[in-house]
Amino acid sequence: MSTSAKPFQASWLTRNKLKVAPFVFLAPALFFFCVYVVIPIFQSLQLSLFEWNGLYNADGESTATYIGLSNYAKLWDDPNFWVSIKNNILWLILYMLAIPAGLFVALFLNQTVTGMRFYKSLFFFPFVISQVVVGLIFGWFYNPDFGVIAKVWQLFFCEEAINIVGNVTIKCRVPVPDILSNPDWATYGIIFAGLWPQIAYCMILYLTGLNNVASEQIEAGRLDGAKGWKMLWYVVLPQLKPATFIAVIVTVIGALRSFDMIAIMTQGGPFGSTNVLSHYMFEVAISEYGERYGYGSAIATVLFGIMMIFISYFLWRMYQDEKRGI
Amino acid sequence: MFTKIKTVAISLTTCALLATSASADDLIINFDDLNPGPKKGFEDAVAAFKAANPDINVTVNLNDREAHKSAIRNFLSANPPDITSWYPGNRMGPFVDAGLFEPIDDLWAAEGLDKEMAAVQPTMTRNGKIWGVPYSYYQWGIYYRKDIYDTLGLSEPKTWDDLLANCDKMKSNGVTPFTIGTKYLWTAAGVFDYLNLRTNGYDVHNALTAGEIKYTDPRIKATFANWSTMLDRCSFVDNHASMSWQDAIAPFANGDAAMYVMGNFSVDGYKNAGLTEDQIDFFQFPAITPGVALAEEAPADAFFIPSGAKNKDAARKFLAFIAQPEIQGPWNETIGQLPPNNQASISDDKFIQEGFSVVSNAAGLAQFYDRDAPAAMASEGMKGFQEFMLNPSKVDEILARLDDVQDEVYK
Repeated sequence: MSTSAKPFQASWLTRNKLKVAPFVFLAPALFFFCVYVVIPIFQSLQLSLFEWNGLYNADGESTATYIGLSNYAKLWDDPNFWVSIKNNILWLILYMLAIPAGLFVALFLNQTVTGMRFYKSLFFFPFVISQVVVGLIFGWFYNPDFGVIAKVWQLFFCEEAINIVGNVTIKCRVPVPDILSNPDWATYGIIFAGLWPQIAYCMILYLTGLNNVASEQIEAGRLDGAKGWKMLWYVVLPQLKPATFIAVIVTVIGALRSFDMIAIMTQGGPFGSTNVLSHYMFEVAISEYGERYGYGSAIATVLFGIMMIFISYFLWRMYQDEKRGI
Repeated sequence: MFTKIKTVAISLTTCALLATSASADDLIINFDDLNPGPKKGFEDAVAAFKAANPDINVTVNLNDREAHKSAIRNFLSANPPDITSWYPGNRMGPFVDAGLFEPIDDLWAAEGLDKEMAAVQPTMTRNGKIWGVPYSYYQWGIYYRKDIYDTLGLSEPKTWDDLLANCDKMKSNGVTPFTIGTKYLWTAAGVFDYLNLRTNGYDVHNALTAGEIKYTDPRIKATFANWSTMLDRCSFVDNHASMSWQDAIAPFANGDAAMYVMGNFSVDGYKNAGLTEDQIDFFQFPAITPGVALAEEAPADAFFIPSGAKNKDAARKFLAFIAQPEIQGPWNETIGQLPPNNQASISDDKFIQEGFSVVSNAAGLAQFYDRDAPAAMASEGMKGFQEFMLNPSKVDEILARLDDVQDEVYK
C-alpha cells in the first residue's frame, strides 16, 4: 500500500497473490462440491414440488407435473413416513451408546502391555470392514435356521427328529426367535449390528485423545486424592472434550445415514417396519417399485432439514470454539 | 433444470454410442436376460431372423435383468433401440403413457395374432391399443412332493375342501403343508392372486388391481378370510419372512414341507436341490368358490418398439418373425417355458405339458400382482400381504391402509 511512485508497478495479481492463492487452491474442490452437492440439493428441493416417475417423453422432455406442496401433505399422512422418523430417532438415541462404549474400550486398551498394538488393531478391525459386510454377517448371525443364535437356541429347545421321507429335521418346543422378521425387534437387531463398527470408530477417536491427556494433571489429581470415577469424570474427560465432540458428530451423522445395513439386512422389512428416512427415500424413488421421484425428493428434503439442525449446531459450536482460540 | 442437465449428459453418451450406427437396414435389439437358457433361445431366434433376412444388419445389446430395468428408463428417450424387451401389464404403463412405445395393432391384425395369441392380448393392451409381442410365458400353480402325497395316500385336490383335508392329514403326520419365502414379498402376492382369482374370479381381480374395487370390499375380505383359513389349516413354514424363494426350497427338498405355490421357473431349483422328476409334480390351484371360472397366473415377457426407433420397418419385420409358431416353439423349448402363440409346439417336459393345458383352458390370464397393479400400489400391497401372513388378526387394519394407498395411487 505504498503511495510513493516506484519505477516498477507490480500487476494486480502479484500484489494480491496472498489473497488470491487460497481461492485458486479451493477452486477445484468448490467446483466439484457445487456440481455434486450444492446443485443437486437445490434440484431435489425443486423436484419435491413435482410429481414425476423419472421418465422423459420421446422428445426428451420431462414428464413431471408441478403439484406444489402436495408431496409434503402426502408425507404427513403417510404411516410409513412416521415409522421411518420413529426409527431414525431410535437410531439416534441408541447409536449414542457407541460413545461411552468406545470410551471404555479405549481406556481399557490404553495401557502398555506387550503386543498392545496388535490388540488395538483387532478392536479397530470392525471399522475397517465395509458396512455391507457387517450387515451380511449379522444377518447370518440372526438367521433362524443356521445362525449362531439359532444354533444356541436349538441346544436348549429343539431336538432332531426323522421326518416323513426319512430325512433328519429339527423340531423345536419353542420356535427360534426370528429377530429380523419381527417388527418389534428387527430395528434393534440392525442397530446392534451397526454399533459394532461405530464403537470401534469412537474407540480410535478416544485412543488418540488419550495420548494427549497431560500426565501432570493426572498426577496432580492423584495427589489430591482423586481416583476411579472421580478421576475419569473430573480430570480425564474434560481433556477428552475435543474427541467427544468429534465422536458425537460422527455418531449422529452415522445414525442418520444408516442406509447400508438396512438395505442389506431387511430392505426395510418386515413390511416396512425397519425403514428409516434414507432407506424409505430410496424405496420410494429408486427401487424397483419406486418411480416416485418427487415424493422421494420430499423425503430427502425432510431428512436434509433434520441433518441441517445438527450440522448447524456443530458448525456453530466449532466456530465459537475457534473464536475463543481452543 | 433437472431436465436439461440430464439431457446433456445423456446426449453426450448417446453421441459416443451412435458413432458407429444408423445405416438404412440396421436393427438394434436390447435384450435383458443373460441366463444361459434364455440367452441361447433369444440368440437362436435372432440367427434364424438373420438367415431369413440377410439384408438386415442386426445388432444385439445384452444386459442383465436388473440393469435393464434401470437402463430402459434412460435409453427409451435418449438412445432408443429398434426393439427392446420389457414386461406387459402395468409394467409397460409408464412408458406407454409417456409415449415411449409404438402401438402395433396393425401388426397384430396383419399376422392374425389376435387369434393365435388371444390369451395374452388383454395384457398387451393399454388405452385401447396393443403395444408389443410376447415371446414367452410360464404357468403358476402348486408344485408338490409326489412321494409324500403317495406315502400319505393323498391325491391332487380339485376343490378347496380337498386341499384343506389334505393339509389336515399332512399336519397330523408332522408335515408342514406349504413352504414359502416372503423376505422379498412377491411370493406372498402369488398366493394372494390365486386365492382372489379362485374366490372372486378374473374380473373382480382385475378390477381390484385396476383400482376399481376397494380392498375393504366384502369380496376381497372373503379372499382374506380364505387366506386366514389356509394359514390356519394349511400352515406355512416358520420363519418364512426371513427366507427368499430359493431358501424356501430347502424345507421342500428335505421333506419337511410338501407344497409350494410357485412359477414354473422354480422346477430347476427343485432339481438342483436333489429332487428327481418322480418326486415332484404339479397341480392347478384348486377351485374355491364353486362356479367361478378358473383363471391363471401367467406372466409374459415381450418385445416392444420404442417410439424413437430409427428403423421401425425392420423392427416390425422382426416382431412378426418371432410371433410365428415355428420360432416360438423351439425358443420356449430351449428356455423351458410356454409359447404365447397357441399354434406353437411345446416340449414333452411334464411340467410344460401340464402347464400348457392349464393355461390354454384358463378363463383369463393374470400377469402377477406386481405387474397388474401400479408400482406404488404393488409395493404397499405386498407389504400388507406379508404382514397379514405374520399376523392374520390385523387384517382390517391392513385392508384399511391399502384403501388409503389405493385412493392415493389411482386418483
